[in-house]
Amino acid sequence: MVWKKTEYSGWGRVLKASADMARPERARSLKAAVADHPCPAIGNCRSYGDAPLNDGGRAVDMTRMNRIIDFDADTGVVTVEAGITIGDLAHVFAPRGWLPAVMPGTGFATVGGCIAQDVHGKNHHNEGSFGQHVLSVILLNGNKRTVATPTRNAGLFRATMGGIGQTGVIAEAKLQLKPCPGDVMMVTERRAEDWDEHIALLDGSQATYTVGWIDTTAKGDALGRGIIEEAELAAGLLPKAKPSKKIPLDAPNFALSNPVVRMFNNAYYRRVPSSGRSTVKRIDDFFFPLDKIHDWNRLYGKRGFYQFQNVVPLDQADALKEMLEMIAGAGLSSPLAVLKRMGSGRAGHMSFPMEGYTLAVDFPAREAAVELIAMLEDMTVDAGGRLYLAKDALATGPAIKAMYPEHGDWVKQVNKADPDHALQTDMVRRLNLREAG
Amino acid sequence: MIKTKQNQCWIILGATSSMARAFAQAVADHGASVILAGRDMEDLKRSAADLTARGVSAEAMKFDARDIATFQPIIDRAGREDGVINAAVFVGSMPAQEDVDADPALIDGVVKDSHTGPAAFLTMLAPILEDRGAGTIVGVCSVAGDRGRIGNYVYGSAKAGFATYLSGLRNRLTRAGGHVVTVKPGFVDTAMTWGIEGMFLVASPQKVAADILKAVEKQRNVIYTPFFWRYIMLIIRSIPEFIFKKMSI
Repeated sequence: MVWKKTEYSGWGRVLKASADMARPERARSLKAAVADHPCPAIGNCRSYGDAPLNDGGRAVDMTRMNRIIDFDADTGVVTVEAGITIGDLAHVFAPRGWLPAVMPGTGFATVGGCIAQDVHGKNHHNEGSFGQHVLSVILLNGNKRTVATPTRNAGLFRATMGGIGQTGVIAEAKLQLKPCPGDVMMVTERRAEDWDEHIALLDGSQATYTVGWIDTTAKGDALGRGIIEEAELAAGLLPKAKPSKKIPLDAPNFALSNPVVRMFNNAYYRRVPSSGRSTVKRIDDFFFPLDKIHDWNRLYGKRGFYQFQNVVPLDQADALKEMLEMIAGAGLSSPLAVLKRMGSGRAGHMSFPMEGYTLAVDFPAREAAVELIAMLEDMTVDAGGRLYLAKDALATGPAIKAMYPEHGDWVKQVNKADPDHALQTDMVRRLNLREAG
Repeated sequence: MIKTKQNQCWIILGATSSMARAFAQAVADHGASVILAGRDMEDLKRSAADLTARGVSAEAMKFDARDIATFQPIIDRAGREDGVINAAVFVGSMPAQEDVDADPALIDGVVKDSHTGPAAFLTMLAPILEDRGAGTIVGVCSVAGDRGRIGNYVYGSAKAGFATYLSGLRNRLTRAGGHVVTVKPGFVDTAMTWGIEGMFLVASPQKVAADILKAVEKQRNVIYTPFFWRYIMLIIRSIPEFIFKKMSI
């Protein structure tokens, strides 16, 4: 296996690494690579921080291991190589009546990545997390090949869901797809004029898929205003695909400066009439709205950006509102901000979801943003909430361990599965995650 | 794909390569059935299963450019398909030039893999295309075949030989209603080029596959992919030998 010195970063592009990378295209070469040099795997590096990074070490790029190995059209059970993307699965199976039960906000995420972060989607309140629809995984570490399912090697399986790759290279996975009536979405958008209405609309939503876009520049009476999107899968005529665009270079720093963002957000909010509207969208356009703009992370310029995502328990909505006030007051955030009500579904010790409200906000990387995020983290701890490892680049180990009560159980499992600590990543080292709190 | 209502079947030789996989997917997307042929049966079966799951008729068969006994079963199998039989050749081997220098016996293998093996296969297949009065052969050569360079001239010479063979085969099949597309890819992002120093303007296998498919539809004779390699190679071919022999590009 050839190992190529590769510079790479997470999606936020703030943290970077240089690693010797193998990129196998066949099961045999994957096995050989991992046997020669046990090391962590990466997918499309859609995690924002340092979860995929292994600076000075090695990594296996799984993106060419992307085949469907088996599909049962009667049961909707599909077995895949872990480098296949969620978007690919959706394209192949939606026209035939099946869809990944949980889809994250980007179709470029690989199945391996979705498992390692136990991702959630806009239907989390109904379907739970990605890992809850995984029937089995094949893990590789050194010469070891282990099959884990919710009943066989159950502890290992649980440590793998949301386990940021620490139990082994996820080589293959078997997933239970969800029946879908067609491959279009009926989408209803409504304005929420302020925080209380936003929360009330999220609470009251009966839709299969629900998400809120939030205008983080709005203050005062308009604080928390946004647009609630509710959607159902349906059969119908597919609207024409819009051509994808590419951000060809790093944008200048003023591209997402506060006045620009305010203007954009205002227009974006008013795009939906005050009486709301219903439209038919392509699956891609609803689930992966930003995927059509390739390399959109370059909009934040060379310095990159941070995404802050937390979740707080249902009774802590006021604490979240306070955080939003701080965010709006700081004038640092970008148009990309999401508010959503989560259910309790989670599949692993280190899975992010908890029943409550989750807020995700992007900040261009500057000193003030780092300070603000540190304060938001403290407030999240106080509210009994937690941060999402798929997004994190700045948290401290003790804070993360305090947020994840099952961390100790996870450590036992991963240290058994990977006693030589061959799978550690920059994130694991930064947060000292392989040691019990 | 050539616009026709007839069934299309594509034999893909060297189907384990990422370029071949991308091309198989591209023709499958247009409704063709595929026979994936190569040496690594375990891997080919996976690729066949992948295409099958995507709703395409696909099957894996053994092909070894150095073993002529593996050729006929593939041709027989394709012959049982109705409609138009096509073939795309992605085989070839490129050991490092210094390995070849150390062990000249390797040259035979390179020539077998990259030229004489596929040429023999296509010569056996040609009568079917002539008989049906249709069908396209895609032969993947290399820009390395346009001029012998110090870095990989054994591989380059084998590909040059194959390109000349394809030119003759085109001459033969054209009069019978068939067609031959010679493809000269530049640097493509595959396992073969992964980690090799000095790569530039590297194209994805999907881009190359799309270019090849377009060339098949338009019945082009010789294409470079991405297109700009035509001009790069034009320049490289134009350098007088007395200068070129001192260069190391």
